[in-house]
Amino acid sequence: MAEEFKIDDTIDITDVVCPTTFVKAKVALEELEEGQILSIRLNDGEPVQNVPRSIKEEGHEILKLDDNQDGTFTLIVKKVGD
Amino acid sequence: MATDYATLKKGGWMRQKQKNNFSLRVRVVGGNLTATQLAKIAEVADKYGEGYAHLTSRQSVEIPFIKLENVEDVKAALAEGGVEPGVCGPRVRTITACQGEAVCPSGCIDTYALAKELDDRYFARELPHKFKFGVTGCQNNCLKAEENDVGIKGAIKVKWLEDKCIGCGLCAKTCRKGAIKVENKKVIFDESQCNFCGRCYKSCPTDAWEDTHGYIVSFGGLFGNNINKGETIIPFIEDKQKLLDICDAAITFFAENANPGERFKYTIDRIGRDVFAKKITEVYNG
Repeated sequence: MAEEFKIDDTIDITDVVCPTTFVKAKVALEELEEGQILSIRLNDGEPVQNVPRSIKEEGHEILKLDDNQDGTFTLIVKKVGD
Repeated sequence: MATDYATLKKGGWMRQKQKNNFSLRVRVVGGNLTATQLAKIAEVADKYGEGYAHLTSRQSVEIPFIKLENVEDVKAALAEGGVEPGVCGPRVRTITACQGEAVCPSGCIDTYALAKELDDRYFARELPHKFKFGVTGCQNNCLKAEENDVGIKGAIKVKWLEDKCIGCGLCAKTCRKGAIKVENKKVIFDESQCNFCGRCYKSCPTDAWEDTHGYIVSFGGLFGNNINKGETIIPFIEDKQKLLDICDAAITFFAENANPGERFKYTIDRIGRDVFAKKITEVYNG
């Protein structure tokens, strides 16, 4: 999955629910440098419907979303801005 | 001097079963009251009523147990807080609205601004019978648009922008109408299934849906002794002036054709649904 991007950090937010999902993703992105790439594993349902848009509204760039076919998705995000 | 109940009722004074007591309905637009207005309503309820207010089913506030002899004093006191009496009887009633896109993440239109505009244009207009407008921000329909004589629903018409799309499939997941499929990272959009809810546009993480905000209008809703779901006769309306022209045409049709005490639905039925549809469609296409 996502082999075309060089992943700088990976987090799994399948063990938490909204709004902690977004908070964990936001914290992980804060620790990256501009242009670095984060891979986020998240659950189907509410997380996948809300987290990508919320991250986009923070100004980051969504590169990819893959269905892992196991009830989870992998979201690839590029950090924009510091 | 004989009490002119009709005039009082017109000014929002609802006669109670208790002799010489009135429940005063105040003018509310789109369900919003300022803190100053609320404080004044509280003060008047304490001083002239029985220390409470009633929230009506259509977003107004009534202050019960106002005595007939205090009508003028109460009007003057409320005016100090920017509160006006509402209306009852055969005229345009409170314009109701949900919070809309100014506040609500699901909202597709600025419902309060539209309610204010409709209030300025139509509130208390004399008609053969009561006439209700309701404005809801989206397909979730929290404000129950179709139970009004004219119901307005916020909507978003979308267009897929292939160059911005990463094929993530979120739009297909959030669509409740099965209008979107994603195959090999390409969107297949069946516009005929779209209900203009805007969920695809709102969920998209790459702004790959172009959004045109507009309105869906229903006519002839009732939710009292008889129940009827207002009917949507014309398609998505993109332009606000067009929407207002259509509201004008609907209210004019009612004013010119309704019998006293006849709700809009029954006027449409008696004169002919096709006659009304033709009139409204002409304005829509005009």
